[in-house]
Amino acid sequence: MKKKEKNPAEINQSNIGSGIKRRSFIQILGGGIFIFFRPWGVLDLFGLTPEQNRSLPKDYNAFLHIAEDGTVSCFTGKIEMGQGIITSLAQMMADELNVPFEKVKMVMGDTELCPWDQGTWGSLSTRAFGPNMRAAAAEARAVLLGLASAQMGVPVSQLVVRDGIITDMKNANHSVSYAQLTKGRKIEKHLDEKPTVEDYTQFTYVGKSYNHNDALLKVTGAAQYTGDYKLPGMVFARILRPPSHGAKRTSVDVSGAEKIEGTQIVRDGDLIAVLHENRDKADQAIVKINAEYSFKEMPVNDKSIFNWMLKADSVATEIRSSGDLETGRKLSEKIIESEFLDPYLAHAAIETHSALARLEGDKLTVWASTQSPFGLQDAISRELSLPLEKVRVITPFVGGGFGGKGAFQQGIEAAKLAKLSGKPVMLVWTRDEEFFYDTFHPAGVIKIRSGIDKSGLIKLWEYNIYYSGSRGSETIYDVPNVKTTHYRQNKNAPPVHPFGTGAWRAPNANSNTFARESQIDIMAAFAGIDPLEFRLKNLRDEKMIACLKAVADKFGYVAGKIPSGRGIGIACGTDAGTWVAHMAEVKVDKKTGQVQVVRIACAQDMGLCVNPEGATIQMEGCITMGLGYTFTEEVFFEGGNIKHHNFDSYEIPHFSSLPKIETVILDRKDQAPQGGGEPAIIAIGAVVANAIFDATGARMYRMPMTPARVLEALKKV
Amino acid sequence: MEETIRFQLNGENTEVLIDPNQTLLWVLRNHFGLTGTKFGCGMGFCGSCTVLVDNEPLRSCQLAMSDISKKNIVTIEGLAKNGKLHPVQKAFIEHDALQCGYCTPGMIMNATGLLIKNPSPSIQEIRDGMENNFCRCGAHVRIIDAVHTAADEMKGGK
Repeated sequence: MKKKEKNPAEINQSNIGSGIKRRSFIQILGGGIFIFFRPWGVLDLFGLTPEQNRSLPKDYNAFLHIAEDGTVSCFTGKIEMGQGIITSLAQMMADELNVPFEKVKMVMGDTELCPWDQGTWGSLSTRAFGPNMRAAAAEARAVLLGLASAQMGVPVSQLVVRDGIITDMKNANHSVSYAQLTKGRKIEKHLDEKPTVEDYTQFTYVGKSYNHNDALLKVTGAAQYTGDYKLPGMVFARILRPPSHGAKRTSVDVSGAEKIEGTQIVRDGDLIAVLHENRDKADQAIVKINAEYSFKEMPVNDKSIFNWMLKADSVATEIRSSGDLETGRKLSEKIIESEFLDPYLAHAAIETHSALARLEGDKLTVWASTQSPFGLQDAISRELSLPLEKVRVITPFVGGGFGGKGAFQQGIEAAKLAKLSGKPVMLVWTRDEEFFYDTFHPAGVIKIRSGIDKSGLIKLWEYNIYYSGSRGSETIYDVPNVKTTHYRQNKNAPPVHPFGTGAWRAPNANSNTFARESQIDIMAAFAGIDPLEFRLKNLRDEKMIACLKAVADKFGYVAGKIPSGRGIGIACGTDAGTWVAHMAEVKVDKKTGQVQVVRIACAQDMGLCVNPEGATIQMEGCITMGLGYTFTEEVFFEGGNIKHHNFDSYEIPHFSSLPKIETVILDRKDQAPQGGGEPAIIAIGAVVANAIFDATGARMYRMPMTPARVLEALKKV
Repeated sequence: MEETIRFQLNGENTEVLIDPNQTLLWVLRNHFGLTGTKFGCGMGFCGSCTVLVDNEPLRSCQLAMSDISKKNIVTIEGLAKNGKLHPVQKAFIEHDALQCGYCTPGMIMNATGLLIKNPSPSIQEIRDGMENNFCRCGAHVRIIDAVHTAADEMKGGK
């Protein structure tokens, strides 16, 4: 068998399925209609931090291109990491442009070909990028109709488009295809008056189920991820890492590594790396480097972190204040105070952070597994003092992100090493590096003081978050006296988190939903009211009510006071513009503390559901991943020393963890589509905690709910 | 210290002059360009690098080239025959049993090995057999269904 070398320029993700090679791309641009478009009032900044908001340029654009053969290339700075937008965005484009779905090819995450994008996170691709893309498609369609009208001598009102063919309604034989129309012509045009996009009654592809259109590539091993590229002269890099966050290197001896034939040592300030054309040899060389460190670590670990946070010099941000807490206290018959704890979590995508960098002349090209190709481009430009146009980032398929690949340190490292060595450098982080440099889901404490009156109505809701973030901290229930405060890092004080933290699938919402929905259940138990009825009684939000009723129906819920001994839990919430409600049934082994989830049902209102199959898969994925943070996942650390080096000590969900999963999508075709990649994960901790309480009377205040913690809680019953 | 290692790779007699201590995973990926076999953890925990060695699903990150001398290696690229997908591959597409797809080749190779050993597995046997292949996206329920469907089709084909 012959050694194969692949040139990434010819096999990047932009070519998937389309057969379009990079070198022919420019030619195509010369031969079709090219529309450059701007958002018109549909820029959705929901879910963005103010910092990101400010850094968004006003010309948030996207591109689409109609080629002579009728192929529609849809360019997006978003990336595909399993969430399925490679399919659902194509459905939307096909519908709006009236072309066959198969004719739409997605070109994703390439800073040279695609419009600027903030990053693929926050379940924003469909709800924020989608409207821009649809508006562009609508404009392209209008331009094409105008061209057809002129060419055919028929008014636009007399023309109809189907499958990319424009036909005279009065003469079915009189037609012209987009392909015929665009042949040999280059037209750049903006319409002053923007056409309206289709409403749901006109959809052909949107709302229908499509399987992943990248599945064939993925089941045959043909799908290319960053680590799969190979360039002539490419070397593998391993970087010398400190043993803990905060450690400073005091001495280093690289002579052992130099003895391995073919090893190149690269040093630049703190950066020391070994390069070798053979990954095994680079792995051998890196461990031959002897280095000594001095340690100045924070005196905190996974056990003391919560008190550490409560005592820290924090900044308090008021998230919400309505009514008056004192009035709420007076109106309350029963006041309940609780404290909920949530640990650091790792993202643990199966593909580790990877990057390949090549410097050609003064142009740097970096292939990287990242959720933010443009963010990486900015960072490389800054760190290596290169103008933006000299840095191209290409994002092939990404092997799972979950927020963790919003960080792109590996891309900067590979870029530096390529510049220092003059060789194409492939950097694939080890699992150890992946755990060490992860931007963890932040640990935190949530304290709630809430009160109910005699009839079981919530009158008081005082909610304090310490360091775990405020997304998902909405009260959602109809409470007159509310105060929500987020205690977070004081910029003038020492850092509270001992290492990097960041977005973890539905950031903050998992912690907040666990706390809120547990507290609701505690109040329902005190009130002696069935927990579903208690929620419905305190809710005015019609979508939340509809989701709860739908999940109860799917689950076959029979009302009862808790704890009933049945092991049934309820929880609900909103995230990314989507409403979710869950029910779960658990079995608890009171001798061992082992909890088995028998089944979980989830009802979701995500507005218009673009691809029901894709949305269902995301719901299943959310539920499955949620069982990880619920039962097993917790980062152990001592100061800056992360105690996990591989999957043996950090346990993600396995096949045996799986319950029966049932899903319902309350399709609201007449409403704007909302987020789908995150919402169904937010209530898993809460629904399981509430089910454990229903089974045993034991209340879980801390995640993950390990057998030891369940046994501990059982002692207090 | 290089040696000639002879083995079968995806049905072809293959020989390579190589350091016998090199890891099968990196040799497959870097020397043979068979990048469908993925690196996930490097210590045999996750199963992304699973290949068939004499029909046994094994972790290629834990095998040295000397271990596979005279053995028959099948990777994800060697599973389809004459452009026709293997029933397990077909079933993964049919059940949409993947998301990011990174663990998928390892899942498919492990499932294929499982079905060679046990052509009629129960759902529990499929779960047990797949237990130590990790998927972070949460495609598990569909993977079980896909392996079940593939088992049915493979029996029907006999």
